[in-house]
Amino acid sequence: MSCKLTTPEAQAALDAWTREMIAWHFSPATGCDYWLKWAEQAGWNPLKEITCFNDLMRFDHFDDEVLRKEQPERFVPKAYAGRPYNVFETGGTTGMPKQRIGWDDYKVDYEEFSDHYGPDFFPKGGNWLMVGPTGPRRLRLAIEHLANYRGGSCYFVDLDPRWVKRLIGMGEGAMARKYQEHVIDQAATIIRHRNIQCMFTTPRLLENLAERMSLVKAGLKAVFAGGTTMTPQYVRFVVEEVLEGKINFAPTYGNTLMGLAISRKLKPEDNYSLTYYAPQPRAVLRIVNPDQPDKVMPYGEYGRVELTTMTREFFVPRFLERDEAIRRPPCDEFPWDGVGDVRPFQSLTKTIIEGVY
Amino acid sequence: MSSSIHIPVLRLGRPYESLDQVRFNVDGREIAVSMANSGLIRRDLQQGLARAAESLQAIPCAKLADACEHAAELFLRGNLPWGDGDQLQSPHDYVVALSQLTGLPHALGHQNMGKVHAAMANIRAILAGLTRGMPLELFDRGFIRQDGIDVNFFPQTGSLGVLLPSNSPGVNSLWLPALVMKIPVVLKPGREDPLTPFRIVQAMIAAGFPREAFGFYPAGHDGGDAVLFGTGRAIAFGSDATVRRYSPFRNIQVHGSGRSKVLLGDDHADHWERHLDIIVQSIASNGGRSCINASAVLTPRHRDQLADALARRMAAIVPRPRDDKDALLCGFANPAMAKGIDERIDELLQTPGAEDITARYRQGPRLIDKFGQTFLQPTLISCTDPEHPLANTEFMFPFASILEVPQSRMIDTIGESLVVSAVTADHAWTLDLMASTNIERLNIGPYPTNRVQWEQPHEGNMFEFLYRRRALQGDLAAV
Repeated sequence: MSCKLTTPEAQAALDAWTREMIAWHFSPATGCDYWLKWAEQAGWNPLKEITCFNDLMRFDHFDDEVLRKEQPERFVPKAYAGRPYNVFETGGTTGMPKQRIGWDDYKVDYEEFSDHYGPDFFPKGGNWLMVGPTGPRRLRLAIEHLANYRGGSCYFVDLDPRWVKRLIGMGEGAMARKYQEHVIDQAATIIRHRNIQCMFTTPRLLENLAERMSLVKAGLKAVFAGGTTMTPQYVRFVVEEVLEGKINFAPTYGNTLMGLAISRKLKPEDNYSLTYYAPQPRAVLRIVNPDQPDKVMPYGEYGRVELTTMTREFFVPRFLERDEAIRRPPCDEFPWDGVGDVRPFQSLTKTIIEGVY
Repeated sequence: MSSSIHIPVLRLGRPYESLDQVRFNVDGREIAVSMANSGLIRRDLQQGLARAAESLQAIPCAKLADACEHAAELFLRGNLPWGDGDQLQSPHDYVVALSQLTGLPHALGHQNMGKVHAAMANIRAILAGLTRGMPLELFDRGFIRQDGIDVNFFPQTGSLGVLLPSNSPGVNSLWLPALVMKIPVVLKPGREDPLTPFRIVQAMIAAGFPREAFGFYPAGHDGGDAVLFGTGRAIAFGSDATVRRYSPFRNIQVHGSGRSKVLLGDDHADHWERHLDIIVQSIASNGGRSCINASAVLTPRHRDQLADALARRMAAIVPRPRDDKDALLCGFANPAMAKGIDERIDELLQTPGAEDITARYRQGPRLIDKFGQTFLQPTLISCTDPEHPLANTEFMFPFASILEVPQSRMIDTIGESLVVSAVTADHAWTLDLMASTNIERLNIGPYPTNRVQWEQPHEGNMFEFLYRRRALQGDLAAV
């Protein structure tokens, strides 16, 4: 289901949504303790001064450390008071993880994702298998909801990335490999003994699984993948060889703070270069100059990914992600900017443990 | 200018153009090298190695040895495919491009070609050395009768993976025997030298080796792991960090820093002038880039006189243009690496007990830009203490320390050393040296550390690494 708006209409819708969300989060009747207290000390009034999305530049970049330090209760909007919430975690290889609370956002995001792909891409009623980080992650509930929303059930095989990163950090590469094999063993067992048609997993686990069996012969019809960098060569390899050109492939870019950005359909001229589009207006991705994050990069150039999330449940302005990407223009499916060929920020100059699962 | 060249991944013989490419510029001509992702490598190895081994099994070993000898000539003198196009690479093209990519002067490029050529041309002598004279039919039949006893060897692996370095093309000579021993090779070239293994592979294919027997996978670190863990036996060249990373794995033979040394015995120390040539050669041959280059000289007496004389000789080795036939120093393909090494040496010189003797004689600073390249000029550090941080280290240019150590303490002082040239005729000390466990290759007498004798194993015995003997008894009429 593509967005039918033109680019100016989408911009107008984003501006209107921004005003609505600012009114929601900074009104004592609906906002949360954290942002209301913040506004008292800010020295300016978002309710008066934010009239469109670009006005959000008045906010500093969100420091996600507060999600580690502050009690989650401080982020409960008044409008949700008394309603139990989910706690979702991100990071946490060592020490306290960052936590985001939520109620229905993940359902909204994944229903929109489901609707975008229509009834056949992931066969309706087909069962799912999720192989990847479950535990305290939003993704675990989201994938199950996606399966249920499409009329199927979901099986799970967990992989704990915190443990994998710790193993690698300790130089226990052999043990990390054994753990990965253990995960793949379990996934292969489920696929062999249950009727699985759709799968969510990380790219690395997907290729490991395909080293054990032909996923086509196993009956897989569609794969939804995300979590690590996918270069054009990598995407081509997955499409042509891992999925044997016969299984639908939906690569996504997402995280606990944003939700998920869908990739536009690949065309021959893309040469397997992926471009993701945020679930606007609930979340907005901009590609900014790493040295001057107030400035957006020209189209076609790499810059740092900046995320703004605005839902009734959660407000995060201008968070600088640990990723960089190419700024890409709006397309037929999504009338707003996209982010292409995402990779870890400054990955060409730093050693990063990525793609461990 | 000439059109661009594409060096493909060779997926066990099948050329593949990746979307991920590293590009080099050689005199205005672009060379694009396809990079393999790790999953692709794992998949190929899983699906194709059995067929690769079968393709070699089908050819008698003697014929493979003939082909190897023929490949030697093709490698040295032939025009071979540059990449996957129609363009052919002459030996001159290869040497010029190699120099651009690695900083190796043309003269050393030719010298390294000679090394590879010799390893191929002498394949029968090498195999005889590795197998202690067993006939080639061993690799066809699996057993031979030797001195009235049936001897059965079987391959411990169906493939040999090799993580190659970029510092010295001659290293490629080490994996060549595997193919004649009917073991397919899976190569991950060093980032700056995809040219040498690709040219060798092309020469071997042209000489009659089946193309399925070669995997050629330019790749990142992840791809290196895929090669090392996807093959039954593997060799990795790299730094001390590489050794730490892979040494826990029994199937991987890791070669880190060589820390090779020249030791003068008590009986030769007073005649040090006679040995200056072999010491300088040990330190500076091949631009000081090899692990078999000496990085320390130990003498029981006359350290200061020897150091002074060596420093004068080393300082005379100066940067020259790439195409100068007398060029011995290599430029650094990555100038930042040269700068880092220079700064590190200066930093360690702050620790008392070390002096850069070459600084007295060389023209200009150690780090110098000349002829469009960045060089590190030869450096000799005199150390008063074997524990000094510069006393037993190794850098990728003509660098050595010199120490005064009593002969009786030398073996304990040297630590792990790839090559030791012990200049001595002392019977008892020679026996001690031969009994030592920290020396991989031992030269006794006035020989440089880079001396090659084809009948001797290099960096471990490849035959014993790939094959294993099994007790075989009974009625062999069926075989």
